[in-house]
Amino acid sequence: MKQTEFLHVVMPFKDKLYRLAKRLLVSREEAEDATQEVLMKLWSRKESMGEYKSIEAFAMTMTKNFCLDRLKSKQAGNLKLVHSNYTDDTNSLQGQLEAEDSVAWMERIIKDLPEQQKMVLQLRDVEQYEFEEICELLDMKPTAVRVTLSRARKTVREELIKKHNYGII
Amino acid sequence: MELYDIESLLEKYFEGTTSVAEEKELGEYFQGDDVATHLLRYKPIFDYFSMAKQERYTKQVPLKPRTYGNIYKWISVAAAVVLTFGIYFGKQYQDRKQLEREQAEYAYRQTMMAFDLLAENFDRGREKVAYLKEFEQAKQKIYNNN
Repeated sequence: MKQTEFLHVVMPFKDKLYRLAKRLLVSREEAEDATQEVLMKLWSRKESMGEYKSIEAFAMTMTKNFCLDRLKSKQAGNLKLVHSNYTDDTNSLQGQLEAEDSVAWMERIIKDLPEQQKMVLQLRDVEQYEFEEICELLDMKPTAVRVTLSRARKTVREELIKKHNYGII
Repeated sequence: MELYDIESLLEKYFEGTTSVAEEKELGEYFQGDDVATHLLRYKPIFDYFSMAKQERYTKQVPLKPRTYGNIYKWISVAAAVVLTFGIYFGKQYQDRKQLEREQAEYAYRQTMMAFDLLAENFDRGREKVAYLKEFEQAKQKIYNNN
C-alpha cells in the first residue's frame, strides 16, 4: 500500500480517533500524541490491513486501548496526576470567568464521568455510531451499552440542572 | 415538529432508546431558533455535541520516520561498509602472510645451500685426513721394524 493510498483510507476517520483520544486523555497534546502513535502503528501494519473488516473500527479500538493504557500508567505515576490536577484548576478558574459558557460546563461534566460512560457518550452522541458498532468497539453487550449511555446522559442532565438551579448558567 | 413529539423523544433519549436518526432530529430542533422555554435547559447538551463534532486533528500525519523499511536500508548500508573494509584489510593481511612465507622459504633455501657447501668442504677435508692415516701406518711399520 502506497503512502497516498494509506492517507486516503485514514483521512475520513483520523478526526474521530483524535476526538476519542481527547475525550479520554483531556489534554490536547496528549490526544495528538496518541493519535499520531495509532496512525503510525496502523501504517506499520499496512500490509495486513486488508484482513480487517473495517479499518476504522480497528483504528478506533486501537485508540481506545492505547488511551486506557496511558491512563493506567498515568495513575501509576504521580507526576502526571499533578499535571492533570493543574489543568483542572485552570479549567475551574476559566469556568468561573466564563460562567455563561455552557459548553465549558458540559466539558467539565463529561470529564467527571467514568471512562466507560465517556466513551459510549462520545461514540454515540458525537460520532453517531450505531449500537452494534459500539458493542464491537468496546466489547460490550447491547443492553450494557444502552444502560451505560442512559446513565451517562442522565448524569449530564442532572449536573446541568444542578448548575442551572444554582444560577450559574 | 410537534412539541409533544420532541418531549417524548427527549424522554427516549435519556433512556438510551432513540435511534441515530431520532437523535439527529433532536439535535436539529435544539439548534433551531424556536426552542420551547421549558426545554431550553437541555439546549447546552446538543449545542455541546454539535460543537464537539467540529474538532479536527490538524497535525501532519507523520509516515516517513520510524518505518521499519528505513532501518533495513541502514543495516544494509552498514553491512556493505563492513564488507568493503573487511575485504580491503583481509587482502592486506593475506599479502603480508604471503610475503612472510616467501621470506621464510628464501631463508630456508639459503641455509640449505650453506649446509651443502659445508658438507662438500667437510668431505674434501676427510679425503685429506685419509692420507694422514696412510702416513701413520707407514710410520708404524718403520717403528715396528726397529
